[in-house]
Amino acid sequence: MSDGNQGQQVNQGRLNSRVPDGPLAEKWDRCKNDLKLVSPNNKRKYDIIVVGSGLAGASAAASLAELGYNVKVFCFQDSARRAHSIAAQGGINAAKNYPNDGDSVYRLFYDTVKGGDFRAREANVYRLAQVSANIIDQCVAQGVPFAREYGGLLANRTFGGAQVSRTFYCRGQTGQQLLLGAYSALMRQVSAGKAKVFPRREMLDLVTIDGMARGIVCRNLVTGEMEMYAAHAVLLCTGGYGNTYYLSTNAKGCNVTAAYRCYKRGAFFANPCYTQIHPTCIPVKGDYQSKLTLMSESLRNDGRVWVPRKAHDTRPPSEIPDEDRDYYLERRYPAFGNMVPRDVASRAAKERCDAGYGVNETGKAVYLDFKRAIEEQGEEKIRGKYGNLFHMYEKITDENPYKVPMRIFPAVHYTMGGLWVDYHLESTIPGLFVLGEANFSDHGANRLGASALMQGLADGYFVIPYTVGNHLASRSASLKSVTTAHPQFDIVKGEAEARIQRLIGVQGNRSVQSFHRSLGEIMWNQCGMARNAAGLQSAIESIRNLREEFWNKVHVPGSGADFNQQVEQAGRVADFLEFGELLAQDALMREESCGGHFREEHQTEEGEARRDDEHFAHVAAWEYQGPDAAPVRHQEPLTFETIHMSTRSYK
Amino acid sequence: MISSSKKKLSLTLKVWRQAGPQSRGEFREYKLHGISPDMSFLEMLDILNEQLIEEGSEPVAFDHDCREGICGSCGMMINGQAHGPDNETTTCQLHMRRFEDGDTILIEPWRAVAFPVIKDLVVDRSAFDRIVQAGGYVSVNTGQAPDGNCLPVPRHDQESAMDAAACIGCGACVAACKNASAMLFTSAKVSHMAQLPQGEPERAARVLKMVAQMDTERFGACTNTYECEAACPVGVSVSNIARMNREYFKATLFSREEKKEGSGAG
Repeated sequence: MSDGNQGQQVNQGRLNSRVPDGPLAEKWDRCKNDLKLVSPNNKRKYDIIVVGSGLAGASAAASLAELGYNVKVFCFQDSARRAHSIAAQGGINAAKNYPNDGDSVYRLFYDTVKGGDFRAREANVYRLAQVSANIIDQCVAQGVPFAREYGGLLANRTFGGAQVSRTFYCRGQTGQQLLLGAYSALMRQVSAGKAKVFPRREMLDLVTIDGMARGIVCRNLVTGEMEMYAAHAVLLCTGGYGNTYYLSTNAKGCNVTAAYRCYKRGAFFANPCYTQIHPTCIPVKGDYQSKLTLMSESLRNDGRVWVPRKAHDTRPPSEIPDEDRDYYLERRYPAFGNMVPRDVASRAAKERCDAGYGVNETGKAVYLDFKRAIEEQGEEKIRGKYGNLFHMYEKITDENPYKVPMRIFPAVHYTMGGLWVDYHLESTIPGLFVLGEANFSDHGANRLGASALMQGLADGYFVIPYTVGNHLASRSASLKSVTTAHPQFDIVKGEAEARIQRLIGVQGNRSVQSFHRSLGEIMWNQCGMARNAAGLQSAIESIRNLREEFWNKVHVPGSGADFNQQVEQAGRVADFLEFGELLAQDALMREESCGGHFREEHQTEEGEARRDDEHFAHVAAWEYQGPDAAPVRHQEPLTFETIHMSTRSYK
Repeated sequence: MISSSKKKLSLTLKVWRQAGPQSRGEFREYKLHGISPDMSFLEMLDILNEQLIEEGSEPVAFDHDCREGICGSCGMMINGQAHGPDNETTTCQLHMRRFEDGDTILIEPWRAVAFPVIKDLVVDRSAFDRIVQAGGYVSVNTGQAPDGNCLPVPRHDQESAMDAAACIGCGACVAACKNASAMLFTSAKVSHMAQLPQGEPERAARVLKMVAQMDTERFGACTNTYECEAACPVGVSVSNIARMNREYFKATLFSREEKKEGSGAG
């Protein structure tokens, strides 16, 4: 990418969202009624590649294999069960209205659109709310042990940004149980011979033939060999790019490589600046820190967030009486209190810490206090709800949160941006579908808690089985049989090999990890919770310099011809070093504050985000133009047929 | 306390190095200084690897991913104990404050016939996937599910099923067992599903097939030493093994499912 004005193009033909006409509540049915079908006997003629085995990938792979397609699943972990969806803690939303507290599909839809600060595509979000109830049924049928009431019926809890209880959960391990449910469904298909899993493989590039996604090149992480696989459709379920920031709550292996490679092959990247900074994570403790750990949002159901009322108060929390405490969320947002959405809670914590009220040696922490909840409900009840989280907190910090308040601080957690997809979840490359966190469509500029699991499973179980069929049936004439003997496979494989050789060939003296840390510092300091034009420009400059240094000084030991974790990491960091610039560029161009994207130039007098609906009620989708050219920024206007774009208020 | 003021540790590490599945492995010794007690065990290994890269030697390969104790990727024998000295703690959640300045720490991969070493501390645990493939699921296709509340589940059963379902599939139970038995892993899945109404229709077939696969993978038999439970980082109880044995017994006696010749629940 180079300097210069970014081209601006409004809704070209390539950004056709394919949202059907008609009333919002009927759109999905209308879409399904119009989709072409593949007959049961013909499904076995089609091969489908699924990259990533998290909630989106595993659920899609299992569902498609059940339908009769031949499915190949690829993941970099040693087992499909280890994808990072497994670490999701709190829960999954669904508009079941079991508690009889007034929930409905419309309310879940509305809360999600509002929570996303009116920057999501209305029709996609409505569909998400519609299928949410089916997800719960499906998971229960698989044997997911959701929490239950004494009568044996499903229990719910409350999550941020909602005034109803619609969150289903399995203690503090909801993601684990949902993923194991999808994984077991996938294992059943493996045993039936309809799906095959390729673990310890990393997708390094997409193969397009006649403009369509027809296969992938991936590296076998055990042997180092490049492998090629052909298919009739490729599903990217590769998660988010939070690790651009180095320190995040993502797993160490989470990366942007697959999505970024597809971007370079012509898939548009939408809203990369929308990153979620989660308010309740364990604070950074030293420069050796390798990752940050989330403390579930569900803790805010019973935990109260506070800082001392007096700046730089060094008394231990137990010696600070109630009148000297500032429960700032309850004070600023009386209607939602501690349950405000994540972006609001994170900014409020930053505001207090910046003003000198933070705790910890660093001043970069606030308290999350369970004293009142323990007094009211007893320690056993609290242990039942959050036992594993409290245990984890104590392991990491050596403090007992039943006795002293937790210390927490915001950290990068989730990315709402992702590859642009239409209503069918198809990217701008025909035949390339993008599901779950890897796409951009449902969460706008901020994701509400317990919605990521919902979206991953909605995409995989209930959307893609319909829309992939339409791709296969309606394009059957141009989807000629292709094998990896097609010359395009060799070309792409050669490029992937050359990239690895180039990384190893630098033979510098600085480790891959140290570059990743440096990138993370730039991103966090200048493109984190608060952003401004000067900072973003300087970030872009710094990233370019760091990238140049990387290609001159990085040291990747060993060869690419065997098991080499440094080679894996080097390839990912090389892509982060390009992607980070795109993220900052997008943040620079979006001259408004919305959700997790907070531009200091655009705030109200009370420090709340100020949106600019006149100029920015659109999706920004970036089109790659080659290594030395600036990417083009396309726009997909966001129109809201049913709801009115209001100023988000949680007061 | 989250503080950096504590005394830094100097350590001697003896780490198992093995270039590949067919290569001969050996322990190699490394010295580390300035280790903060607040570091996690894997962060300590990160420091070792940075040091090795700087020296121009090959870093130690080890599996890890979430680093919050849930994905089950990490796992190594630390001073002869699976996941190290702390109860109910994965390697990534073990912290260096558990060690003393001057300590020597012996680090080895999981050792079991069914878990061949790939490199250094990395082993192949795909046998676990195959055990689940044999029957660790409920046969329900997407879209077939009735309403989630149509089958009430007594809370006690759900809680007990959840206790078993919490297994992270790390393999510590196998590594800790002198017989390299996978009974705790397999029984956790059998037990999870046997306690829920959704698991009922395939209850007998499930236990028979999973146990047969476990034997095919050459995991050893159970001799009730309970090392698995002691090593389990998420507290999966050996009572699940008792439940699996009962399930297996019932299935062989009363069910019409075919039992594979020569297999047994150990």
